[in-house]
Amino acid sequence: MANAVYNQMLTWWVILRLGIEERLVYRGDFALGTLMRFLPIITQIFLWWAIFESIGDGDQSVARIGEYSYSDMVAYYLLTMLTRAFSSMPGLASGIAGQVRNGEIKKFMIQPIDMIGFLLINRIAHKLAYYSVAIGPFALVFFLCSGFFPDRPDMTTIAAFIATLLMGFVLGFFLEASIGMISFWFLEVSSLLFVYMLFSFFLSGHMFPLDMLPAGWGTIVDFLPLKYLAYFPAAVFLGKVPEDELARGLLIELGWILFFIAFSRFAFWRGLKRYSGFGG
Amino acid sequence: MNEPSQTPNVPRGPAYLKVLLTFARNSLIRDMTFRTNFIVQCVSATSWTLMNIGFYEIIFSHTGSIGASTGWGKYEFYVFLATTWLVNSLVQAFFMPNAQEFSELIRTGNLDFALLKPIDTQFLISFNKVEWSSLSNFGVGLLLLIYGVMQLTTRPVSPIEVNAITVVLYFFFVLCGVAILYSLMIALAATSIWLGRNQSLYNFWFYITNFSRYPMEIYNTGYGQPLYYTFTFIIPVLIVVNVPAQLMAQPLAATSESIVPLASFAVVATLGSLLASRLVFKRALLSYRSASS
Repeated sequence: MANAVYNQMLTWWVILRLGIEERLVYRGDFALGTLMRFLPIITQIFLWWAIFESIGDGDQSVARIGEYSYSDMVAYYLLTMLTRAFSSMPGLASGIAGQVRNGEIKKFMIQPIDMIGFLLINRIAHKLAYYSVAIGPFALVFFLCSGFFPDRPDMTTIAAFIATLLMGFVLGFFLEASIGMISFWFLEVSSLLFVYMLFSFFLSGHMFPLDMLPAGWGTIVDFLPLKYLAYFPAAVFLGKVPEDELARGLLIELGWILFFIAFSRFAFWRGLKRYSGFGG
Repeated sequence: MNEPSQTPNVPRGPAYLKVLLTFARNSLIRDMTFRTNFIVQCVSATSWTLMNIGFYEIIFSHTGSIGASTGWGKYEFYVFLATTWLVNSLVQAFFMPNAQEFSELIRTGNLDFALLKPIDTQFLISFNKVEWSSLSNFGVGLLLLIYGVMQLTTRPVSPIEVNAITVVLYFFFVLCGVAILYSLMIALAATSIWLGRNQSLYNFWFYITNFSRYPMEIYNTGYGQPLYYTFTFIIPVLIVVNVPAQLMAQPLAATSESIVPLASFAVVATLGSLLASRLVFKRALLSYRSASS
């Protein structure tokens, strides 16, 4: 019994290690790419400077949009880069769809390995490899921009922030895996994915702080899981989430995570039942 | 592009216009073969654009203008935004697929076949394919432009005047902008001859042109000035959208006299960019070593 558990762990460990090594092959290109991804922040800094300047009638330091000052706004964009580094899952849903379409998924039915588990471990490996390289560019940019950040937040905030980042990863994974499972029913999901990406970009808070939305939209966004992928962790760090709402938000996020774990499992199970593979 | 070579044995050069029209027709035929896919592409391209309007709609619900005393109010900025899409949709429709294809031709060694054809290589590479679906954003841009200009010309306080000359000049400078971006793109693509592979071409392209998407005034303060001058005079991406947009929207800063120096510079910059990209392209071709066996 103990041996079986050990073997199981060993399998997952090997998958994890292979995933990390695979990713670190192109680390130079990787680091440069990460640094380049911060370039749009420069335009954001100037754009928001101009916007706050006109709100404050020439003096941007007094201007506010909702609860956000100019520095808050820039810090918000930097923080969403960080939250997206946890929650974004490039190629996950389309990868599942591709495997369903070209029949590669058969290997998970034959081999004694669970597909969702395999993908999760692989994704963790990719993320770990990514952080080990990206920490350099991230540290550099955050250091250069440290003036935009508020004074060090208290321990509760930091703990909550880390929790939201990790939960953002889990939520992002199972949400996208669930979308990928839809490919059992529709073979081509690329346009569906595009629609999801579009809404996600707008409603997750990646494009702007969701507090800027008009009242009605704000309520809709509150009911969607998307805001936990970018907005929520950043808002927590900047202290824009009152304490009583913080616990509520974390609980709702947990609820969404459980929902999507269950949904992706269920869809995978149902999908395999109707899946038919041909050829060898 | 290049004047056809005149030698005694070959009295007529290639008919560039005819070739261009054939390219455009072939691409359209290919697109129309998969009509649903074409429509999906159009819808996704425009929905992205419409979402951008949503973003600025939200921004302008919080502020009256972008930058104090720059004059880029809501409708002026909509004209700016429309100009961005007109320029970008043209570049995306005509040059983006070709630049990517060019990098691929170099990597696989298939550029040999392009070099062998009795027509200017840069012309052949640049116009080979037209992505018609990208032009859907040209339509959206045009609608937004008309809407913005209508709002500006009919507003009760200091309405702007737009006459035929403004319109002609506007589209002339839109084309100048397209030419500048084209030069930048083909020069970037040509570097893959030296680098072997240029996968981040699209990324790099996006990050550079990202600077052109906002009124240039926002960079003209303190720390922004190095950017302002670099992207105006060295890599002139800032004038791509700004010159036609200022001409049409006429924000506070731009009176018809004050825009003359910038507009004249835009013409010079366009010619300079085209020439520079031609030189880079020629120079790069000299270093081309085929990859075939």
